[in-house]
Amino acid sequence: MKNLAELQALRDDMKTKIGVRKDGETRMRIVVGMATCGIAAGARPVLAACVKEIETRKLTDVVVAQTGCIGICQFEPVVEIYDADGSKTTYVHVTPEKVPRIIASHVVNGSPVVEYTIGANAN
Amino acid sequence: MMQELSMNILDVAENSVRAGATLVEITVNEEPSEDVLSVTISDNGCGMTPQQVENVTDPFYTTRSTRKVGLGVPFFKMAAELTGGKLEIHSTVGVGTAVKADFVRSSIDLMPLGDINETISTLIHCNPLIDFIYTRRFEYEQMTLDTREFRRILDGIELSNPQVSKFIREFLAENTADLLSGRET
Repeated sequence: MKNLAELQALRDDMKTKIGVRKDGETRMRIVVGMATCGIAAGARPVLAACVKEIETRKLTDVVVAQTGCIGICQFEPVVEIYDADGSKTTYVHVTPEKVPRIIASHVVNGSPVVEYTIGANAN
Repeated sequence: MMQELSMNILDVAENSVRAGATLVEITVNEEPSEDVLSVTISDNGCGMTPQQVENVTDPFYTTRSTRKVGLGVPFFKMAAELTGGKLEIHSTVGVGTAVKADFVRSSIDLMPLGDINETISTLIHCNPLIDFIYTRRFEYEQMTLDTREFRRILDGIELSNPQVSKFIREFLAENTADLLSGRET
């Protein structure tokens, strides 16, 4: 069972591997709406799926964060991806099943999944 | 309405985040012998005036400007009252807020607790500047995750680091399984 001694071992292991390398810059931010509307619509499993996908792919320059109500509650769960140049893509009605494709296509390969964006779902 | 109590807990804890808290304590206490399930979320955030405390259970009251309703606390209150339980709020401006919900554990209207561990790991991951103390109690036994202890051991490595995130998820899963093993839940 995981305990604090194991955490200590993990720290020591990480410290030797990281060495003097400074954490690189953040290339992209994935932001999930986490107000009442988002949570009720299923934002928590979506955020967890993003965190796991980033971990699996070892994308150390991508940050997963949360925000409050974005103001488009009827489109929740909403995920916004901010590219390095500051441009933003808004994905709507996101499910944990859609997350791997969004990350593979948009975050890794720089090609947004147009069919999941708000532009394609606004009607 | 939320599908799980743990989503209500996440939602109410987000209020602590917005209140500028640096320490948030979440306790889930199950006492089958007393037919009680209670949830406490307390913080050292900015607190509320008596007037605000009175209004906070009103779904048409909110301090935000993006929309006209504030459903987080009303949902939590409703979830407790549906089982025959109750919700209490104690708050002092400049000191903090404590929200306590008591549920009747055997009530057919008790929402499932759901994935409380995902609620806790999400809160920790998304709020690297806030400390969380999570306690899960079952009768006389309990497990605790205190991010202040984790932070001390990690010595500069962030709690949101992917490897640490994974450790936290496993810590919660394994210690919860151990606490609840062999029990009827």
